Amino acid sequence: MIAYLIRRMLYAIPVLIGVNLLTFALFFVVNTPDDMARVQLGIKRVTPEAIEQWKQRHGYDKPLLYNARAAGMDRFTDTIFFDKSASMFVFDFGYSDDGRSISREIVTRMGPSLSIALPTFLIGLVSYVTFALLMTLFRATALDIVGVTLCVVLMSISGLFYIIGGQFLVSKLWHWVPISGYGGGFDNFRFVLLPIVIGVASGIGASSRWYRTIFLEEIGKDYVRTARAKGVSELGVLFRHVLKNAMIPILTGVVVVIPLLFMGSLLTESFFGIPGLGSYTIDAINAQDFSVVRAMVFLGSVLYIAGLILTDISYTLVDPRVRLS
Amino acid sequence: MSFLPVMLWTDALVFLLIATAIASAWWVRRQPHLLLPWRRVAQSRVGMVSLLVLSLFVLVGVLDSLHYRVALPEKSNGQTVYAPEVLSAFDYLADGLRTHTEKTYSAPLAVYLYAKESMEMADGKVVRDYPRLKYGGAQLADPQRDWLGDVTGRALTGAAAGLLAVLLLAGAVVKVVPAAKKSKPMFAVLVTALLIAAVLGAVADLATAYHVLGTDKVGQDVLYLSLKSIRTGLVIGTVTTLVMLPFALLLGVAAGYFRGWVDDVIQYVYTVLSSIPSVLLIAAAVLMVQVVIGMHADWFDTAAKRADVRLLALCLILGVTSWTGLCRLLRGETLKLREMEYIQAAQAFGVSSFRILMRHIVPNVMHIVLISVVMDFSALVLAEAVLSYVGVGVDPTTNSFGNMINSARLEMAREPMVWWSLASAFGFMLLLVLAANLFADVLRDAFDSRLNRTENS
Repeated sequence: MIAYLIRRMLYAIPVLIGVNLLTFALFFVVNTPDDMARVQLGIKRVTPEAIEQWKQRHGYDKPLLYNARAAGMDRFTDTIFFDKSASMFVFDFGYSDDGRSISREIVTRMGPSLSIALPTFLIGLVSYVTFALLMTLFRATALDIVGVTLCVVLMSISGLFYIIGGQFLVSKLWHWVPISGYGGGFDNFRFVLLPIVIGVASGIGASSRWYRTIFLEEIGKDYVRTARAKGVSELGVLFRHVLKNAMIPILTGVVVVIPLLFMGSLLTESFFGIPGLGSYTIDAINAQDFSVVRAMVFLGSVLYIAGLILTDISYTLVDPRVRLS
Repeated sequence: MSFLPVMLWTDALVFLLIATAIASAWWVRRQPHLLLPWRRVAQSRVGMVSLLVLSLFVLVGVLDSLHYRVALPEKSNGQTVYAPEVLSAFDYLADGLRTHTEKTYSAPLAVYLYAKESMEMADGKVVRDYPRLKYGGAQLADPQRDWLGDVTGRALTGAAAGLLAVLLLAGAVVKVVPAAKKSKPMFAVLVTALLIAAVLGAVADLATAYHVLGTDKVGQDVLYLSLKSIRTGLVIGTVTTLVMLPFALLLGVAAGYFRGWVDDVIQYVYTVLSSIPSVLLIAAAVLMVQVVIGMHADWFDTAAKRADVRLLALCLILGVTSWTGLCRLLRGETLKLREMEYIQAAQAFGVSSFRILMRHIVPNVMHIVLISVVMDFSALVLAEAVLSYVGVGVDPTTNSFGNMINSARLEMAREPMVWWSLASAFGFMLLLVLAANLFADVLRDAFDSRLNRTENS
């Protein structure tokens, strides 16, 4: 298994190089360093000298991919690609356009992101599975049909509506919690409550329906009939047999998102004014700060690949038949 | 009145899609085995009702895709000059809605403006009060007394006209196709059609004299904006699929069939693409497109063309970033299919790989393609709203649900609250997405026999 994991991690390297090349191409082929300098300097002060100076100060005065004037390995290392992109492999993200260290921003913003994303994920998972188990228990009755219809309606509503509607109802009309903001310590509970509830609510339609199909698939299998024939109660069948056997498809969808929880949620964070990575990303997109966007792309891909590897490991934990090789 | 037809890029693709749909419908009609699942769809009440709703949306979208520019009355050097504004057949039909703009907000069916204004009365005194609207309820002499009667009267006559029209239409349909009477979902479809017709009739009659869904900040009719947004949603939902399909189909089938290094390369490409958080990838690509469009303003002679290119670019970007899921599904299915006896028989007879792919593999994965295309549609319509909110969606001048929500989200904080823009955008979106989701469900059940249910689609 160790050998398998090492191979998987080595495979991550070419994938990350690909990610880097792709973002690099997106950012620099269309938007050359000269254009960036022009945008950053503003319209008024643009002289060729000023552009050169800006490029020199920010390290954009080198060739993009291949430096023909250098010798040896420097041909590849003395380039913008190597300076700006390859350094990300050691998690050195450089500085944003306003001069702050991106790495430090990421570390300080991870906490607020997690304080929303982690509870949303856990409460969500438990409630979706519970809801789906209930629908499975009452399958093919009126309750099930109402449940599925509700799910389809809920998943047809835009995520923006949950946020705007929730903020309006809970914060503006009932004054239960503040509309937005983030604080430290125990007091913070007031701020994170609504985003978490809305996050859970907005996912309930699609996820519950998806888990229900997984459970229904399992419940038609032979071992379930055997268990019932032995006199196991319907609840016992559901919890002790169906739930356990449905673990593999559930894990496939669930484990991969766990590392990505660090990235936070773009919409929730920007609507509720939470200083996490999601709002950081949105701000960077709006300010067209390419170094930040590139750092977030890289971080996201690393976390996604970590999630894929974790998924494989989780299979071995729930199903002794799975051997990684 | 002379006019210049304008074919925008997305229009061309929309018509290409319609032509493809008609051609494949004609083809399927003559293939009994392909017709079977469609028969199942036609027997489903939910399926036919949602199809009816969807086709109304499509009708609006298609009408809104026939663009033209009106000729200006004065000529320069004997040459006809056309207005810079690009209109559509839908604008022509809804001309009243488009041109009757008020000064600023007004509530649905209101007669007075939302904000107070200083007005000079006939006797020279200046009064600060809510002014009457220019168009909404302008025919009423005394709004306090006449408003309710006028509104209910119009709603009732409109609804009655709508009901009558549908009943006549249904009668004609039964006359022409007697079999329709026996079809199972006929009754449900008729009831829905009557319901829709009543609402549409009432709205249409009211819309001639009022702003049925109010007006927005600059006084544009919200009903008109919502209807115009339908086209953007439909284009994003369908043209994106058109972009995505060749990638997903070609690469997925090739990876599954050839295996070896072809498979390795294709898997590598889609792992790279899917490991980038999609919003970020889309954002990065849209920012680039924005830069290019900004630098080459001279490429476009009208603002509509520029906005259209941006919409097309968004579709391309969404397509390029979203083919990986379907590609993986198709690869898996092809891996299974290539071990089937009939494929091995074909290989033993020396049939070329290309022919095997075209004649034996692709037709047998088409049901997966169809199901995932229909399921993606609703996700894309919802994604447009989110992307426009983030600022990387369609052009700000394009009418879209996302832009409506984006510009209206601060209005909730006003006192009294301006809720109608948001409510209309969400309402129309819910209707479209719900119909699409229900239809997708029916379609999946009908084509399901061989679909692997454990794949998350």
